[in-house]
Amino acid sequence: MRLETRKLLDKAFSGLGIIAIAVMAMALLAILSPIIWRGSKAFVFKGTVEHRRVMLEQFDRGNPEKFNADYAEAVAARAPIYDMLEDFEKETTQLEESLSEKQEAKKNQSKEFRNKARAMKKEGGSDEKIAQLEAEENRLKDEAKALKEQIRALSETREEPFHELVDAVQDLFGPMPGQKKPVLIRQQYGQTRWDRTQVKLHEVLYEEEWDYSNADAMGILVTKPRVEKFRGTELEGFFHYLEENLEAMMKPKTTFYWQFITDTSKDSHIFGGIWPEVLGTIYLTLGAMIFAIPMGVIAAIYLCEYAKEGRVISFLRICISTLAGVPSIVFGLFGLAFFLNTIQVSDSKSVLAGSLTLSLLILPTIIRSSEEAILAVPRAYKEAALGLGAGRWHTVMTVILPASLPGILTGIVISMGRAAGETAPIIFTAAVSVGAPLKIWETLNQPTPALPWNIYNLCTEHEAVDEIRHVQYGMVFTLVAIVLLLNLAAILMRARISKKLRG
Amino acid sequence: MSKEITMKPIDTFASHGEVDPQAETHIEAKDFSLFYGDFEAVRKVSMKIPKKMVTAMIGPSGCGKSTLLRSINRMNDLIPSTSAAGEMIFDGHNIYAKNIDVVTLRARVGMVFQKPNVFPKSIFDNVAYGPRLQGMKNKQELSEIVEQSLRQAAIWDEVKDRLQANALGMSGGQQQRLCIARALAIKPEILLMDEPTSALDPKATALIEDLIGELRKQYTITIVTHNMQQAARVSDLTAFMYEGVLVEFGKTKQLFTNPDNPQTENYITGRFG
Repeated sequence: MRLETRKLLDKAFSGLGIIAIAVMAMALLAILSPIIWRGSKAFVFKGTVEHRRVMLEQFDRGNPEKFNADYAEAVAARAPIYDMLEDFEKETTQLEESLSEKQEAKKNQSKEFRNKARAMKKEGGSDEKIAQLEAEENRLKDEAKALKEQIRALSETREEPFHELVDAVQDLFGPMPGQKKPVLIRQQYGQTRWDRTQVKLHEVLYEEEWDYSNADAMGILVTKPRVEKFRGTELEGFFHYLEENLEAMMKPKTTFYWQFITDTSKDSHIFGGIWPEVLGTIYLTLGAMIFAIPMGVIAAIYLCEYAKEGRVISFLRICISTLAGVPSIVFGLFGLAFFLNTIQVSDSKSVLAGSLTLSLLILPTIIRSSEEAILAVPRAYKEAALGLGAGRWHTVMTVILPASLPGILTGIVISMGRAAGETAPIIFTAAVSVGAPLKIWETLNQPTPALPWNIYNLCTEHEAVDEIRHVQYGMVFTLVAIVLLLNLAAILMRARISKKLRG
Repeated sequence: MSKEITMKPIDTFASHGEVDPQAETHIEAKDFSLFYGDFEAVRKVSMKIPKKMVTAMIGPSGCGKSTLLRSINRMNDLIPSTSAAGEMIFDGHNIYAKNIDVVTLRARVGMVFQKPNVFPKSIFDNVAYGPRLQGMKNKQELSEIVEQSLRQAAIWDEVKDRLQANALGMSGGQQQRLCIARALAIKPEILLMDEPTSALDPKATALIEDLIGELRKQYTITIVTHNMQQAARVSDLTAFMYEGVLVEFGKTKQLFTNPDNPQTENYITGRFG
């Protein structure tokens, strides 16, 4: 090969390498940046006055006097809206009342004519007169019927849209003044986030309808301005006013909600933070470590230092490798069948059972990485220790373990990240969707919410998925942050210990 | 290093005086063989290594001299599928007998390896490793023994100010002398040296050779070396091995000047090997 060709190939290879690294970095960025961007919205967002109310009333946080002044302004700004709604309701009732009065009057009149007609029949009055009276009676009856129809139409054109509107407004601002306090916390407050406020505003301003006019095709969703239904009434100006003054009513303010991580959740994640999940994840991960580290490291030491190579040992090694490849859901089912149903470590799902299952999952990783770290210890160290009269046990404890510690720790921390993020093994053994933060002794017999499971649960099974999108992303962000921090810790720890070893 | 180093002329022999023919035997191999699986690395060697003398083992690569040396403290046990035949007698016992405690044996037979293999610990901890294993916990005693060993290994002056520094920060020659100090700290009777200078430069080599000259007063030293001049310089007795067989064993001066065996002569005159 000519020198030029070789140089060219060399350059091509390094170029390819750089491109590969760049692509990987881009992919990582593409994955991470939406997580960070959307996740950060759980912590930093425009919070409305309702958010501050939730904080004050549910979490006892914030300055009550300042809040009251703030809230009073918002209430004052909202007052015209409620006045308009009230007026409209009053007018509707009045209209209805006057119509039913008229109807009643017509009915009575027609009855009078009928009675007259009957009386005349008995007395044997002229047929002509009777017919006249009957005609009059029928005319009045028809008029009463028409009035009844009008009342019915009134409820269709005024009352139904009005109730829909009131529901939408309640969604936006919370219960109406003077209304009984709802039971569900989510109905006691208006929208806490400005982005959600605007979505709800849209729902107040527009109504959604399905257009089925084309019988051959699927229905089409059309949005219609709600104002159309209230043309010529007191509420015609309502929508414009609402749109114009929404900020005064909600008082959005950039809010830093760091307590998102350490707050418990209220009303299944509609309000509050994710502390039960974070704590559950910590418990599960640490629990898995408590079981897996001693077992894994001891197994690795045995395999490397004590076991005599033979069929049994190679079979054992194959088993360990296979164990590493078993799908995690299988571990979950095993945990359910063995820990919960067979040996019954607890009556229900529990952190203990979940930790045991997770520890089995990460055991092969820990054994493998520890084994590699131990095998990487220079033979010379072992020889030196043995040559000085150290037994196997002493050699392992004083020389081999300290020298292989960086590798073992790296393995441990990486499997810790895995344990923190695993979902399938804890579905059957430990995880529930809603729960309070557990005390340490409660972990023995109680299930816990945990980040990975709840991320899945919130986006598939929550009754108000759209309301808690920010919680989902906040959870994803927190989980990714935990895992990344663990890995970073592994790298730093490794660097520190290797430096200490190298001198 | 302030000390002036002078290399002795190549054809100088150890001026340790005459070998006492009545010297007490310290280790004796009787028809000793060692196998790696089916391969017989050491073939029926019989030799008596006398007390408080320096015995060198020379021979071409793969001749079994290292294996023989490592058989003396059973370091070969570390390699799977080794087996021994014959006897290796130390202190009146065959060390390959079943009831021998290898750990005690190794505590009595110190070893220095080809590559300096200090632990990634402080200098102090390296030297104190052996005494600690034997259960010594008293700080005072430990530091005494560390100082003594480091002085014996002629490295005390260089490291006395940084005993807590990591041993891996030292130069290769210093590390090797530290290894010697570490071996001396367990107060062995025999010191085995497996090519202790092959990884070192001439200056460090000269220091180690001087050290061996000092240590022979207290210890029985057995040294494996590739370097015939080194064997000539430091040893009282020399053994020449070839393909696992002990070809010739005798006083160093005699072996180098007037060997009995033509194979030995060929080797030391550089015709092969």
